[in-house]
Amino acid sequence: MFLLKLLLKNAFRHRLRTGLTLIGLVVAICAFGLLRTIVDAWYAGVEGSSSTRLITRSNISLTFPLPLNYAQRIRAVEGVSGVSWANWFGGIYITERNFFPQFAIDGPTYLALYPEYLLPDAQRNAFFRDRQGAVVGRKLADRFGWKLGDPLPLRGTIYPGTWTFTIRGIYDGVDAKTDENQMFVHWSLVSETLRKRMGSRADYVGVYIVGIDEPNNAAVVSQRIDALFANSLAETLTETEKAFQLAFVSMSETILVAIQAVSLIVIVIIMAVMANTMTMTARERLAEYATLKALGFPPGFVVGLLFGESLLIAALGGVAGVAATHPVAAAFSHAAGTLFPNFHVSELTMALQLVAAAAVGVVAASWPAWRMSRIDIVQGLRHVA
Amino acid sequence: MRPPRGVPLAYIARNLWVRRVTTALTAGGMALVVYVFATVLMMSEGIRATLVATGQPDNVVVLRKGAGAEINSIVDRRQAAIIETLPGIATGAGGARLVSREPVVLISLPKRGNGKASNVTVRGTSPAGLQLRPQVQVVEGRMFRPGTSEIVAGRAVAAGFDGVGLGQSLRFAGREWLIVGLFDGRHSGFDSEIWGDAEQMLQAFRRGSYSTMVLRLADADGYAAFRDALEDDPRLSLEAKPERVFYAEQSEALATFIRVLGTALSVIFSIGAVVGAMITMFAAVAARTAEIGTLRALGFRRAAVLSAFLGESLLLSALGGVLGLAGASAMQAVDISTTNFSTFAELAFQFVLTPAIAAQSMAFALVMGVVGGFVPAWRAARLGIAESLRAA
Repeated sequence: MFLLKLLLKNAFRHRLRTGLTLIGLVVAICAFGLLRTIVDAWYAGVEGSSSTRLITRSNISLTFPLPLNYAQRIRAVEGVSGVSWANWFGGIYITERNFFPQFAIDGPTYLALYPEYLLPDAQRNAFFRDRQGAVVGRKLADRFGWKLGDPLPLRGTIYPGTWTFTIRGIYDGVDAKTDENQMFVHWSLVSETLRKRMGSRADYVGVYIVGIDEPNNAAVVSQRIDALFANSLAETLTETEKAFQLAFVSMSETILVAIQAVSLIVIVIIMAVMANTMTMTARERLAEYATLKALGFPPGFVVGLLFGESLLIAALGGVAGVAATHPVAAAFSHAAGTLFPNFHVSELTMALQLVAAAAVGVVAASWPAWRMSRIDIVQGLRHVA
Repeated sequence: MRPPRGVPLAYIARNLWVRRVTTALTAGGMALVVYVFATVLMMSEGIRATLVATGQPDNVVVLRKGAGAEINSIVDRRQAAIIETLPGIATGAGGARLVSREPVVLISLPKRGNGKASNVTVRGTSPAGLQLRPQVQVVEGRMFRPGTSEIVAGRAVAAGFDGVGLGQSLRFAGREWLIVGLFDGRHSGFDSEIWGDAEQMLQAFRRGSYSTMVLRLADADGYAAFRDALEDDPRLSLEAKPERVFYAEQSEALATFIRVLGTALSVIFSIGAVVGAMITMFAAVAARTAEIGTLRALGFRRAAVLSAFLGESLLLSALGGVLGLAGASAMQAVDISTTNFSTFAELAFQFVLTPAIAAQSMAFALVMGVVGGFVPAWRAARLGIAESLRAA
């Protein structure tokens, strides 16, 4: 108890310096947490994927469509419990900045494969009945202030022209991992409009979503599907939903690696600042430490004092930084809008923030502590002058 | 005796040298902030420079209206034939018009190293298309022969993806495509593409229409007239863009994203570095109170003391700035690549350090020095002569 009091008194002897160091620590720990959360948010789609869904796409690349008649043939594959399909719609709502994912889906089969989208029966039926209908996620509706029945104009990039949909349903996610930032429209509408306009591109499907009854069979079912279409005009590549989402994330891997590197750099920066503070502290207290040694305290005690003080400041800064991360993350999520659908600070991130703070405390004290433990008593006492 | 005007620079510099460890730690922290700031700007500039270098000043790209990216665009054979008859198009050797009809598709290939798939742009082109891109030169092997399943790969594709080497073949769209050459596009976006014969690609991919048309104007100023002729034709729902503008737009989303994220981070990080500078300078003032009193007693004015400490802080931050920039400039040797949001395809680029970025980074460092050093310097200048002398 006495020791803690001594540490506290020591730590706040230079109020200004300790205060500034704490500010730096809070900012750094907070930035570290925010960056980790950004990286986590990138992987949100992977976290939200189900082990009972496979994605079948063209083996050339995702941009190549597959024929609609594959649906029947996939459904007949052993181990498949359901098939649906979706096309990336790629429309623009007012400006490019309002980006959010839109899919043209086959309503009944699609929603059956995604039980995590909770939609009241009345809204579900209203969506099925209205060919121009659309279903949007709760977060998306909140962001743009949409209500049921609102018209929703989108400018097509892949499917030319302006499309006007009517919001018939707003879905909630079953848990925090579910993406509530998507919009769904009828695939049949898109396909029929295309047939009228250009004929050739109608009845094509971007990806098939395949439901399987047993997650352990994912690999063998994937092989069966791909074998079915091998050497055809449109060969397929089937993988688990998780692998499919991971492939997406890995396309931006360079940026993710850069963000992760930068989140470590901020810790190194604050390490330098904190080490500076501790070096100064130790230099100023040279005479004191020499006195303590002269009184018979072992070298370990002086070392303990320095480490204790450094860790105390780091712990205060770390806890304050973790506490500050939540409001900052909320503000960032609001500012970034739909860019990061799932933005919340994970427990692991908070734990890592505290570990980082502790590491800063230890590293900052190590060099001064090493020097102080070796200080010659006589020389130290002479330093008073 | 005339009072001395300012404290000599050597005095300021020596103070930094006396507290070597503290100086190194503080400057080190600032150097890291400047390093992050500079590399982010260099990355953003690298993407921009790469895509701008892809366009030729007198080339025009024709796309479907509102398509934005080449892979979304469709130009059918009828439209292509009409465009070729429009006035204002340059003629090349042999009197043929310099127009290239090009299908552009993405194929998924495994990246070298980790084997993860990424999208690569495959472009079908023609002898005219090669003439339209004089920056593209075959560096190994030879160009593909029209009418065959031969392809040539960009330097960055060959370096970044598995199985893309001279003499190897790629299997896509139900065919084996033999890589007969590697080309260098002088750090343009073409380095990240694979090229083959346009008509062969259409057949293999079972497509009836092209993605885009690229053409050269007879007169670089003739763009407005050409655009009007194209857009006024009711048979064409297409748009024309100068190639430079088109590619600059492709760089916008990714370059802006990186620049905004990076600048925001740098500003947050700079708070840490400024705090570090402040601690250092406060300590410097506290340790030298008696010295300040002596200077003032000798006749140095408050302003001289203020500028001496501010100068020390600026010197400290300049040191950090130079170190950070040196680190960042070493990044110019690094080749990186990522998926461009706008095209959904892999784009290889370099970090590009421009004089403007160097100046911005140094300015950023000096601002950190001023912000961190001003309050301590102000306090030093406000010290009374008598009290500070007594502090000794």
